[in-house]
Amino acid sequence: MRREELERVVADVLAGIAPEADFAAVKGEDDLRDELDLDSMDFLNLVIGLHERLGIDIPEADYPKLFTKNGLLDYLAAKTGQ
Amino acid sequence: MQASQRESGSVLGSWPRIRKRPEDFPVRPHLLDYAATRAAFSWEAARAGLSGLPGGGLNIAFEAVHRHAIGARAHKTALRWIGKDGSRRTLTYAELSQEVLRFASALRALGLKEGARVFLLLGRVPELYIAMLGALSAKYVVSPLFSAFGPEPIATRMRMGEGAVLVTTPELYRRRVASIRGDLPSLEHIVVVARSGETIPGTIGWSELLARGDPRFIVPPTDPEDLALLHFTSGTTGRPKGAMHVHAAVLTHYVTGLYALDLHEDDIFWCTADPGWVTGTSYGVIAPLVHGVTNLVVEAEFDAETWYRILEAEKVSVWYTAPTAIRMMMKLGPEIAKKYDFSHLRFLASVGEPLNPEGVMFGLEAFGRPFHDNWWQTETGGIMIANYAAMDVKPGSMGRPLPGIEAAIVRREPDGSVRVIEEPMVEGELALKKGWPSMFRGYLGEDERYRKCFAGEWYLTGDLAKKDDEGYFWFVGRADDVIKSAGHLIGPFEVESTLMEHPAVAEAAVIGKPDPVAGEMVKAFVVLRPGVMPSEELRRAILAHARTRLGPVVAPKEIDFRDNLPRTRSGKIMRRLLKARELGLPEGDLSTLESDEQASAPLPGVQP
Repeated sequence: MRREELERVVADVLAGIAPEADFAAVKGEDDLRDELDLDSMDFLNLVIGLHERLGIDIPEADYPKLFTKNGLLDYLAAKTGQ
Repeated sequence: MQASQRESGSVLGSWPRIRKRPEDFPVRPHLLDYAATRAAFSWEAARAGLSGLPGGGLNIAFEAVHRHAIGARAHKTALRWIGKDGSRRTLTYAELSQEVLRFASALRALGLKEGARVFLLLGRVPELYIAMLGALSAKYVVSPLFSAFGPEPIATRMRMGEGAVLVTTPELYRRRVASIRGDLPSLEHIVVVARSGETIPGTIGWSELLARGDPRFIVPPTDPEDLALLHFTSGTTGRPKGAMHVHAAVLTHYVTGLYALDLHEDDIFWCTADPGWVTGTSYGVIAPLVHGVTNLVVEAEFDAETWYRILEAEKVSVWYTAPTAIRMMMKLGPEIAKKYDFSHLRFLASVGEPLNPEGVMFGLEAFGRPFHDNWWQTETGGIMIANYAAMDVKPGSMGRPLPGIEAAIVRREPDGSVRVIEEPMVEGELALKKGWPSMFRGYLGEDERYRKCFAGEWYLTGDLAKKDDEGYFWFVGRADDVIKSAGHLIGPFEVESTLMEHPAVAEAAVIGKPDPVAGEMVKAFVVLRPGVMPSEELRRAILAHARTRLGPVVAPKEIDFRDNLPRTRSGKIMRRLLKARELGLPEGDLSTLESDEQASAPLPGVQP
């Protein structure tokens, strides 16, 4: 999947969890949890939402790779075969 | 996994007892014989573990820092801080004392009156610890706020507490304070801790303030009954409660650090709680420092493998954490933990909500030690019931009362008195005999609410529990509608009030819905104003409103629309009934139900 598409998917899933969050405004190396005010439950819900939308498995051990915006998008790109 | 956790957790005492062989322990526990220690204990004798102010009196900060700075521990590491980016800072007791005294004197130089309230809204940065201990040294009252609070909970608490000073960061100031500053008439000074040297108009920079301070400041005479800490907690109804704690509480912090956490001179202690909550203050700041151990502070939020690395690299020996974190580590599985070397870890404790037996056992599997659950609350100021290093653990039990603490299961009688239930394993309200040093001395400005917490000589905790034939206590549930999510107490009223500020919302009711990781999560039922149609877009708009106003920890995670809500004859929303229905549980006594909820609008001519 292309990066812009992935960004849209993430923004879409986030909108159901933290509708006030502006994913597009987050800088690549920023921690999403800090920048978007996500608590641990929000973060888990984001991972579950991405798993459902993209049909990919995200093992718990990989969670730290998803903390920054770039990390998350790189991870999803690799998992969805791009 | 989620279902099995909950099911087996409800079967009290069906897990094998974890037997202790203290004679094999490398370090001799302070509490070796429970009955003997209890029998010999007195608060007066325990006071010998504290120094007292040279000129008389008792001050928390003096016991925690300054006495060590002028004694044998002066050059021992007091705080070992690890920043989010991996940077480190260590402060010896002497260094910490200097910073604390400078801050104390700088606060005094601002012209604040004794007893003025200093609010802290900071992440876990060294300045938080310096500010807290500095304000206590100068006899100001400290009220720590959780940095994930939104503007609404911050404003409510600062108005109630009449905060004169707020210590925060530029980011938090912009996000959470700037919008409410005009509504805080008592606020005189805002101190900002800026990493980059940035300045914000109308605030004082931390370094600038500290530069005015004098490290030769002398802690003024402090009466043990002088107010020290103001911890806000949540009730079912009304605004948050400001539990008032006095300097005498430090004796409980000392005694519980000794017996419940088994702190020894060479320990590296890590309490993962945020000082924005009472655990992070009593045990993330005060108790370890009073014992003169090295207190590890980790700024970053939870991540299992990061935590494992820290436990290993920092050689943590006593670790105090929470069920939500333990359950997240369980989800990751014990195999990953086993890659690390936890040979320095001697004692593991947990608090915040009851730790399910699987969590206790996970400790054994992953770390080679069981987690020791303990129980207390904001009002008690310190640990009241605990599992001890040398005492057998019954997984799922909160343990037995601390030396000096009398606990019982009681039933409230119609005349307002209470009867102690002596029969084992009969459910009742958990009560504590009043008079321990860290017992709260009041709810700020609410004498009546405070009085209602007591019946005769008993403090009624609002928690339902049972006691078994060996004196172990078992948590059953809350007697009220307060929600416990990830160890945080959330008052439904505060959430409902904010939901109702949204122009589309007519009514709201909030419950705690069981969650396998967080214990409970906040769920809201919302009735819309006439003519407003429910939609996903509106649900998101209300969610965004709640999250922005309340912050992510307090705001609901789920919002359902309802046409109306079940109410009693006196008009009170029956949250209990909403919760029972949400969980598919029996609806219980409905005799007070006046108007019931409806899933959808009734059809014309059909009686609902």
